Amino acid sequence: MDAEITLRVDGEAHRLTVDTRTSLLDALRERLGNTSPKKGCDHGQCGACTVLLDGDRALTCLALAVAHDGAEITTADGLAPAGELHPVQQAFLDSDAFQCGYCTPGQVCSAVGVLEEFERGWPSHVTEDLTGRPEMSHDEVAERMSGNLCRCAAYVNITPAVQQAGGAR
Amino acid sequence: MTDLLEPRAIGADLVRRDGELKVRGTATYAYETPVEHPAYAHPVQATIARGRVTAMDTAAAEALDGVLAVLTPFNAERLAATDDAEYAVLQGQDVGFRGQLIGVVVAETSELAREVADGITVRYEELPHDAELSADRPDLYAPEQVNAGHETDTAEGDVAAAMAAAEVTLERTYSTAMYHNNPLEPHATTALWESAGDGFLTLWDSTQGVHPDRAAVCQVFGLEQEQVRVICPYVGGGFGSKGLPHANVMLTALAARALPGRPVKLALTRQQMFFLAGYRTPTIQRMQLAADSRGRLSAIAIDVVEQTSKVKEFAEQTGVPTRMMYASPNRRSTHRLAALDVPIPSWMRAPGECPGMFGPEVAMDELAEELGIDPIELRVRNEPDVDPETGKPWSSRNLVRCLREGAERFGWSGPRAHRDGDWLVGTGVASSVYPTMRQATSTANVRFEDGRYVAEIGAADLGTGAWTILPQITADALGVDVADVDVRIGDTRYPVASVAGGSSGTNTWGSALVVAAREFRTKFGADPRDGDEASGDVDQAGQDDTHSPYAFGAQFVEARVNADTGEIRVPRLLGVFGVGRVINPRTARSQLIGGMTMGLSMALHENSAWDPRLAQVANHDLAEYHITVNADVGAIEAHWIDEHDPYVNAMGSKGIGEIGIVGTAAAVVNAVHAATGVRVRHLPVTLDKLLTALP
Amino acid sequence: MKPFAYARPGDVVEAVRDVVAEPNAVFLAGGTNLVDHLRLGVARPDLVVDVRTLTSREVTGLPDGGLRLGAATTNSQVAADPRVRERYPVLAQALLAGATGQLRNMATTGGNPLQRTRCVYFSDVTTPCNKREPGSGCSAVGGYTRYHAVLGTPAALPDPHAPETCIATHPSDMAVALAALDAQVQVLGPDGERTIPFTELHRLPGDDPSRDTVLQHGELITAIDLPVLPAGTRSAYRKVRDRASYAFALVSVAAVVTPDGELRLALGGVAHKPWRATRAEEVLRGQQLTEDAVRAAITAELAAAQPQPGIDSGNGFKIPLVARTVLATVRGLLPEEQS
Repeated sequence: MDAEITLRVDGEAHRLTVDTRTSLLDALRERLGNTSPKKGCDHGQCGACTVLLDGDRALTCLALAVAHDGAEITTADGLAPAGELHPVQQAFLDSDAFQCGYCTPGQVCSAVGVLEEFERGWPSHVTEDLTGRPEMSHDEVAERMSGNLCRCAAYVNITPAVQQAGGAR
Repeated sequence: MTDLLEPRAIGADLVRRDGELKVRGTATYAYETPVEHPAYAHPVQATIARGRVTAMDTAAAEALDGVLAVLTPFNAERLAATDDAEYAVLQGQDVGFRGQLIGVVVAETSELAREVADGITVRYEELPHDAELSADRPDLYAPEQVNAGHETDTAEGDVAAAMAAAEVTLERTYSTAMYHNNPLEPHATTALWESAGDGFLTLWDSTQGVHPDRAAVCQVFGLEQEQVRVICPYVGGGFGSKGLPHANVMLTALAARALPGRPVKLALTRQQMFFLAGYRTPTIQRMQLAADSRGRLSAIAIDVVEQTSKVKEFAEQTGVPTRMMYASPNRRSTHRLAALDVPIPSWMRAPGECPGMFGPEVAMDELAEELGIDPIELRVRNEPDVDPETGKPWSSRNLVRCLREGAERFGWSGPRAHRDGDWLVGTGVASSVYPTMRQATSTANVRFEDGRYVAEIGAADLGTGAWTILPQITADALGVDVADVDVRIGDTRYPVASVAGGSSGTNTWGSALVVAAREFRTKFGADPRDGDEASGDVDQAGQDDTHSPYAFGAQFVEARVNADTGEIRVPRLLGVFGVGRVINPRTARSQLIGGMTMGLSMALHENSAWDPRLAQVANHDLAEYHITVNADVGAIEAHWIDEHDPYVNAMGSKGIGEIGIVGTAAAVVNAVHAATGVRVRHLPVTLDKLLTALP
Repeated sequence: MKPFAYARPGDVVEAVRDVVAEPNAVFLAGGTNLVDHLRLGVARPDLVVDVRTLTSREVTGLPDGGLRLGAATTNSQVAADPRVRERYPVLAQALLAGATGQLRNMATTGGNPLQRTRCVYFSDVTTPCNKREPGSGCSAVGGYTRYHAVLGTPAALPDPHAPETCIATHPSDMAVALAALDAQVQVLGPDGERTIPFTELHRLPGDDPSRDTVLQHGELITAIDLPVLPAGTRSAYRKVRDRASYAFALVSVAAVVTPDGELRLALGGVAHKPWRATRAEEVLRGQQLTEDAVRAAITAELAAAQPQPGIDSGNGFKIPLVARTVLATVRGLLPEEQS
């Protein structure tokens, strides 16, 4: 069954027809040709499809496109204008925080979400004092970035990259 | 001896050339190739492990609006070559393992293709299957050879006699689990068959080698090389599973051939990868060590049992590193296989060395404990002067330096165990090794084009850094600034290149590039004209056969075990490696820490839990097949010693993609033993194996 | 994934009416579990009714001092709410131990407790499973049981072919905390509103493993209420898992200790439902909360535990692991002089 929806992706509005079954991920990749969110598992088990969905990091493989009619989506490609890089992207380059690059746009979007969550003072599983404001420590960042698998295992570079970008803000 | 390049760009810490595209997500991987009006394919898989497909009800599916093709063993075209049973997709009704491809549906949308494929009713004649590996099976057999052409069995001296006579002996059985490569980018292909003339097939495939990929496809479909082009600028990881094509590539090409002019896209689901993309066999390793009271080995033996598929043989060379690692007059290694009704095992990062350095390196720790000798010292006392297997001198062997420097950096001296609050803390060490290889085939072109030097070679960058380091090698071989060199890879339009495997990519492609660059300078001098071009083959590069070339390393682990729950954490992992000359410290470090982290993952998490009743991996997705996540990783350091090896190749490089995963799991087990007193001989090390020993 | 119709009604009353009218209809909230199951063929509805934007997205104070979590509040939002962090740390910790940042931004209060088991056979439509396909049998018995139940199962090893056999566990962390907190579930159904004690929301397999909860078709969770706790109450959630993050619990413990020494204890990863350890609580009632007393109490609770043999030695390890984890968790909540 088809449905017509509008998505605002990286600042640009798109009107498109999707199957009710179409995930937001497939809508972006197969209907709009946006390759930034990646399909690593299609089940919410790897994080490669992470985007900022209405401002928060979210998994597009577990979102039905039809349920997000009118959504504002920012992919890694939309974080900075062409020819420029977002501070998180620059930090990933500087720290060599990736190898094959397949999980990378999802890591980058996730990191942008993580920095915003620090800004809001959100706690994490490793926050000792739940009532306080968490510090941007190694353990805090590593826990918060754990929803993004990296099989090349660039983790030891990803964590400092996120910290660097967080400090640069 | 080869003529080592004067390093100028080599050794420079340069940022990845493909970095900006990757951090934005605009580097396009196989499935993402922008093509006109693509169709989408989804496979049908067998749900029995052994038997025959007797009928597939496809009539309703074919009649559905939007369904473009439904291929089954009953209607698929016959392939030119069917001798490789893995590639002979839809060529017969026999089922040799659960999950085998038995059909494909092509439709206008991916949703429809999947729905229809999942809905096809299949009738089988099911036969009982046999899918359980054990060391006491009566039908174990010795393969003709094991992977990479190694001998199945080797023997020197008399291990039994040495065991009987020795002051100290150790006899233990170790096992490693079944592992799945699981690159983050699933195996995927976009295929376009153009029927004009004799036909032309374009494959945008996720592969570690466009040329070997093309050769396999040509063979299976009976096509000339000129009729097939394989393109793959970016690979979302492979770790061996994309080293050779798997059946999904043939299936996609078959589907595209049924729909000439229409690009067909097929990506395996994550679950399907546990059936179709290869895996590392579980291994059972019986170790024997004999030594005098000072720790000098008089015997070392490994007897390996592992599995293969009845459909196609793959024999992991697990016993190989034991043949050369330590000095001992009496030595034995054997490999025995059980051929089962199971998916086909294949390459996974450091086949042979990775599982094969688990048993021996834990056994050395056990022996050291038995003798009351420091485990580093035990290894030092068994350092061989020449390669025990071949008798050749080493091209360079710096294991002892790696151990000593690692001990210094890690802070090895002092007690190996203490308690820190709720945590039991221990440290462990193990050695790493990986052979330095160079493949026989690779050609590079170097051309002067619009004032820049362009090097072309059909190589692959699966995150290894080839896009970045091949220009560094070319620049030094040409004697120009690296910024003036462009490299083009990942396309069969460029000259033939070997697979990115066996840590041989840089050694092989780099050697060809150096020959081409030198040829270019010889022909055209320092002031070439636009269009000047020269080519070079790896077989023109100097080759030393008189030395035994290996990379070595030492890995140190701090493990913490929760005294209440047995939860295991590894806050510190430190490796020191002798890997020859490092081309780019940035990408090299990433390769080494990536390998070490995957080794940590193997030690603590990875385990394809095999369900022999169903003949499938029970935990066949990434929620249940655990790979290490960010929070599992503390401080991981990779260092390398300054190593000048004139025998390996013009770059002086030994290869770094695999050695990092070798030995890590043993070091973790040794550290957990120090912390808890429990020796876990069967991977992975999980908390349930420690509970009874906790305070 | 089979085709389905999608509806986003104007309000919850309409949503309930839509689902009641279609026997094969389901509610959709955050989608983190349902969308996965649609794709796997585990869920095969004809109609999906989207309630994500219809129920409350607020955490509000209740007159008695408790808190009401609107059904559409996200797991992230609840975990970050200062009132939850201050007064119900066990809930904040449980939420933060579950899934990942991305998933917590999507998953909702109403949806999380209704997520289905992660039994690997339940998720695989090519294998028998009584929960997914009633009467087909249970593949987990004698199979991969690492994440399966040890409590609430029959005393003897179950028959894999019997239609009532199911050894699945409930995977939610949040639900374990809610069980320990005596939360109340606000439900809207075709017959109006009702309140269900959280500990009675989930059920054991009984003779119908396909049903996880007592909710009837068309009943929708609109909010979950957290009752007020006595001042000085301490609480904690401890999750033990194979990976440091992004993994389901092998076992988990939610413990609440009131100032007068009453322990409320719930266990996760051990049963078909979040397991309120009522036997242990009974043993402790009226006793001084010491380590020895807690050890005796949890031993009593686990007396009926039934390990499930299977691949990689099965799940018998959970029994000592639960005891150890309970002790460690409660120890952390006792005043210094008692621990």
